[in-house]
Amino acid sequence: MTVHPNPDIDPSAAEAAALAGLRETAPPELAHSTLVAVGLADDYALIDTPIGALRVAWNGRGVSAVESAVDDMAFEARFHARTGRRARRRDSLPADLARKIERRLAGDRHNRIDLDLRGASEFERAVWMKALEIPRGEVRPYGWIAAEIGRPKAVRAVGTALGHNPVPLIVPCHRVVRSDGLIGQYSLGGPENKRTILSAEGADPDELEELARAGIRFLGSDTTRIYCLPTCHDARRVTERHKQEFRSAGAAAAAGYRPCLHCRPMAAAIA
Amino acid sequence: MDPRPAADADLAARLAVDLDGSFETLVLEHQDRLFTIAHRIGGDRSDAEELVQDTFVRAYRAMDGYPPDRIRELRLRGWLTTILLNAGRNRSRVRRVSTVELVFDPGSEPTADPLTRRDERETWARLLAGLSPAQRTAVVLRHVDGLSYAEIAEAVGRPEGTVKAHVHRGLAALRDALVAAERQPEGLRAEEITA
Repeated sequence: MTVHPNPDIDPSAAEAAALAGLRETAPPELAHSTLVAVGLADDYALIDTPIGALRVAWNGRGVSAVESAVDDMAFEARFHARTGRRARRRDSLPADLARKIERRLAGDRHNRIDLDLRGASEFERAVWMKALEIPRGEVRPYGWIAAEIGRPKAVRAVGTALGHNPVPLIVPCHRVVRSDGLIGQYSLGGPENKRTILSAEGADPDELEELARAGIRFLGSDTTRIYCLPTCHDARRVTERHKQEFRSAGAAAAAGYRPCLHCRPMAAAIA
Repeated sequence: MDPRPAADADLAARLAVDLDGSFETLVLEHQDRLFTIAHRIGGDRSDAEELVQDTFVRAYRAMDGYPPDRIRELRLRGWLTTILLNAGRNRSRVRRVSTVELVFDPGSEPTADPLTRRDERETWARLLAGLSPAQRTAVVLRHVDGLSYAEIAEAVGRPEGTVKAHVHRGLAALRDALVAAERQPEGLRAEEITA
């Protein structure tokens, strides 16, 4: 049975008003949450780290900031100045993101954390991605990063790029040290914080600087005849009895040693 | 002639030039109506909130991939409604939720018309929830949201005549149910109304 209704039949004024009265107002959080989902605004919350509470911001594209601001207002102002976006304080990170960050800080490099690095240059991204390759408990000189990304002369620019890292700790710029072996500057609250984090990760900053001051830049093993950067996982397995110290890559090569394939000390040597 | 409301045409032009800079305006201008549609057609408030957010995210991603000319030509009101209905259908399919079995929820206090009393609003919301999904969708889009028949036909992917029939039958069912409700004002539940 087909009924052809009269399309002119419209609701009475009272009915129309009653139906129009069913219009609603969207919940107050909806607009902001939507903007966060597409990456046009951000949420942030506090996390605990070895250097105290830090503010972590995120949106639908990834983590957008890690900062040690003194309070919410200072953080929001700085965040807005850098990104042009509003950030809203939340009680906690989304559970899966909190878990991922915790695992990353514990040294798991293979759990993927999406990062929102909009606004960064190609060079900055290359520097930060290279820093991500440095394992927990190890350090590399600025010159190593410069050489590894194919810009061996850009050592100073590498330092600047690391200083602009918007997501320190997650991108571990604290694992990059001065080319002379000293620990150097740190964007997240200064060099003391850098030492604290490195210590928490199992690298001994005092020992590293002692070696550096003694002019020792590479360690080798007289059984494998391979030389490494001092914090390389392989170098640290060498027993005292077999440990050889080198002041330069040239000296190691002259002694018949080849560079380690893991820490690639040649890159540090070039710079 | 451009059939779009002037504000929509103007906003589409701005989105075409600066998607990121104008997207918030799109959200603010359309969130109330999309939330109303999602809530009145589909389910509870938190589902509706999720669905509306999902709709905007899909819209953003689509526009992000469109050339500016295509964005400029968008009929935003109808287009967003289409996305909402499609996303809603996918969700019900995933969750196997029958859209007929609505949990009655009177919704927030009316802001548009202070003359509409709260109990009258509850009655109409309840009656609407008792309609079949097709009729409910058509009535909500035509008489709660105020889309044209042409816009509704495009949004639901059915001929205009079918949409008109759904609106008409839906209104008739609402009137019948209202008469019945006035006769038996207490204890009426949505699932007792046969549309």
